Amino acid sequence: MKVWALHLALILLLGVALAVLPPYPATTLARILVLAVFAMGYNLAFGYTGLLSLGHALFLTSGVFAAGLSAQFWGLTAGPALLLGILAGGGVAAAVGLLALRTAGVSFMIVTLMFAQAGYLAVLYFGTVTGGDEGFNLPAASRTLLGFDLSTDTPRFVAALALFAISLLLSLVLVRSSFGRSMVAMRENEERSRMLGINPFTVKLAALVLSGLYAGAAGAAYALLFGYAGANFATIQYSILPMLYVLLGGAGTTIGPFLGALLMFGLIEVTSRLARLWPVLEGMDYFLIGTALVVLVLFAPRGILGTLRERGLKWLP
Amino acid sequence: MAALIETRDLTLHFGGLRAVDGVDFTLNAGEVHALIGPNGAGKTTFVSLLSGRRLPQSGVILLDGEDITRLPAHQRVRKGIAYTFQITSIFPRLTVFDNVALAIQSRGTKGLVPQTRAALDRVGLAEFEEQEAQTLSYGHQRLLELAMGLALHPRLLILDEPTQGLAASEIEGFKALVQSLVPDTTVLLIEHNMEVVMDIATRITVLNFGQVLASGTPEAIRANPAVQEAYLGA
Repeated sequence: MKVWALHLALILLLGVALAVLPPYPATTLARILVLAVFAMGYNLAFGYTGLLSLGHALFLTSGVFAAGLSAQFWGLTAGPALLLGILAGGGVAAAVGLLALRTAGVSFMIVTLMFAQAGYLAVLYFGTVTGGDEGFNLPAASRTLLGFDLSTDTPRFVAALALFAISLLLSLVLVRSSFGRSMVAMRENEERSRMLGINPFTVKLAALVLSGLYAGAAGAAYALLFGYAGANFATIQYSILPMLYVLLGGAGTTIGPFLGALLMFGLIEVTSRLARLWPVLEGMDYFLIGTALVVLVLFAPRGILGTLRERGLKWLP
Repeated sequence: MAALIETRDLTLHFGGLRAVDGVDFTLNAGEVHALIGPNGAGKTTFVSLLSGRRLPQSGVILLDGEDITRLPAHQRVRKGIAYTFQITSIFPRLTVFDNVALAIQSRGTKGLVPQTRAALDRVGLAEFEEQEAQTLSYGHQRLLELAMGLALHPRLLILDEPTQGLAASEIEGFKALVQSLVPDTTVLLIEHNMEVVMDIATRITVLNFGQVLASGTPEAIRANPAVQEAYLGA
């Protein structure tokens, strides 16, 4: 009860924020919501199941280009393009998982990283179709959902919030289900799970595919809402970012990924403003962010919500 | 009595070490069978082969006449072979309830909550269900381990040194619990506490250097000169 109230209150609060904020910060918030969906997916694999992937940029990119290219070449509108993006994210995650899940730990990190880099090079190699480094802008005609123009503010905010809300509530239901318990069992003690009759490979593959569906949805939504598809989504940066969001907000908490994404954006904003005040800080944004993260890992290794949960808020899912 | 488990010429060597060396073994349905032997005799390795944690180099394992030699561990669990660990292996950061629920949900999620509570009741841990497993005392963790094994409703329950580290009063409770399981569940027990073995085992197999030294009733084992020499030390 308390749990549902908290999640619904957060969604409501975000709705109000999108409605009252001026267009520029509201657009940034919409971006954060879409990236939070990506991070929620990452959290299902990493935070709950213990799968430390360095290849999620590939799943995001699959969503970006499945939506972007189908809009560009087949003239799909946002609804079907989003669906295609979700399926692409899940499908690519399944293919990668079938191979990469034969490994664990550091090898799993390396294999997923390798797949993601191969994906990045493929996007560049097929530059005539994907637009390579420059990418391409999605045709305006494709950016409509149920008759609303997603390139205008209100429909864009509503769509971002709806995607976020559905993703958040789904992940809440998922992690409180018996399948969610099996996912956590993988993270905590895989060998024991096996001796309880659970097939670790099946559980981990299912978790990775779910994670890929989230990443695909986020990628497709990003392309459709902000009108751009490009190779930058495939760079390693987009594999690292969701990990940072999740670590900052709290791995294995439902709201942690959003909180982490919000704070990282905030941190970047603050450091770039500081740099304008004191030119000596120019170009040191990432240094300051890095310092903040080191401090976090030292003093709150479970992230913000993970620490709160440890210090008494045990009911936090 | 029908054989629940039968092994023929079961072998696993680690380099030059013959951990399990041509073991022919029969476990009858409904018995409490104790596996004893000096440290390093291959007891834990042998039950690892039965439960599927390790695969043998040669030999055959039959469960109710069906060859399960190459079957993965989780599928053997579903066929009714449960294993509880010598070194307590629970999910320390999950609640006591979740630990047992994980065992139960592998057979389906219908009636998960009442079944989990019943399994906890059986070992007397019901009042701790909301606690994180790592906060339990050692004795209670051993009981939780046992509850997880029982929750699988196994046909064969393999207990690896279950009384290690338990207080005398807890051992009495444990013996009563094991005796309440048979004959529905067959129990294979690795145990160093000879009092427990002599009290509850209906049959005993003695392993030494990976081979079966003797097998028989407690009385026969006690009287066996070879066993006395190798293990009981007379």
